[in-house]
Amino acid sequence: MHEMGIALQIVEIATASIPPDAGAVRVEKINLKIGKLAAVVPESLRFCFDIAVKDTPLDGARLAIEELPVVARCNDCQTQWIIKSPAFKCENCDSGSLEILSGRELDIESIEIAEEDDHVS
Amino acid sequence: MFLDKLFKTPKYYHHDGTRHSHPHTHGSNEGSGITTHKSGTREIKVIRRVLDVNEQMAEQNRKLFTEKGIFVLNVMSSPGSGKTTTLEKTLLRIASQIKSAVIVGDICTTNDADRLAVSGVPVVQVNTDEFGGDCHLAAHVIEKAAGGLNLDDIELLIVENVGNLVCPAEFDIGEDARAVVLSVTEGEDKPAKYPLMFRECEVALLNKIDLLPYLDYDKNKAVEYIHQVHPDMPIFEISAKTEEGFDPWLAWLIAKVKGKAGIVE
Repeated sequence: MHEMGIALQIVEIATASIPPDAGAVRVEKINLKIGKLAAVVPESLRFCFDIAVKDTPLDGARLAIEELPVVARCNDCQTQWIIKSPAFKCENCDSGSLEILSGRELDIESIEIAEEDDHVS
Repeated sequence: MFLDKLFKTPKYYHHDGTRHSHPHTHGSNEGSGITTHKSGTREIKVIRRVLDVNEQMAEQNRKLFTEKGIFVLNVMSSPGSGKTTTLEKTLLRIASQIKSAVIVGDICTTNDADRLAVSGVPVVQVNTDEFGGDCHLAAHVIEKAAGGLNLDDIELLIVENVGNLVCPAEFDIGEDARAVVLSVTEGEDKPAKYPLMFRECEVALLNKIDLLPYLDYDKNKAVEYIHQVHPDMPIFEISAKTEEGFDPWLAWLIAKVKGKAGIVE
């Protein structure tokens, strides 16, 4: 439900990441990592992003979203596994003491910018 | 091929077919942070958490609250689970021994603040429509709201978040602990449907247990679901209406407040 706020934040961070020496560039793509346990719906985020980029240097940019699985490690037996259903117990020893290694991400990895080549090919 | 696509992109050409030229050069030394070259594109590493601005603000809040020895509890739930009634009764019971204050978030109205004010504690109402009708309270909102309170005279700050089981779980506000209120008039499987919320909270309050005789609610199943998502999560079974089950909940809360104050002393 807060995807618009997140989209605006992405626009802000990505815009600030365009190197000042880059001149007129077109941001092609924004690479995003979203964990499955983040409270973000990728489809809603894409929808909001397309609205949020209007009249910004990111207009026309595409969101490339890599969804990351929820990976947990058991603090008792060190088993590492991917949590697929909302059951947060070690699949090996049934312990409830676990650490979430990934799945909570909501990170901008990189932006990709397209530049005109000065050399005519 | 990418260049073909680029050359066909109308915005890169004037209508007469000539291309834009740009003042910059394409040297081989592109500076730090730029790691990848592809044909016609360059990838600039960013690696930032999207919500890092909120997280930094939350850390600032946390530092301030810790300096003041204030225990901050972020209370979340779906709408209608009885958060406000639970807090009303809680404050009435503890206000004489714990100096408390409340920040209450709603999209609209000051109804909850009016109800909570009856307990005599300072209440700040935040209406998130000023901030774009948000579905949650963010750290900067708490910072602003806390400015309306005398932090030197508070031991416990309760933040009643916007009723929503999804978004508030994602936003750190600088709290010490999070509590989720679930009521027996909701589905037993809510924890499985909203795992993040139940993972992120330290304790759960199962409210409206006075209604159990009239419902087909399977309480054990609800407890099972909570523990599936958050093994060993403490659950306080309460009725905000009758105050049944309040003693263990209040004991937990008071111990937390005393523990935080002890850090400062």
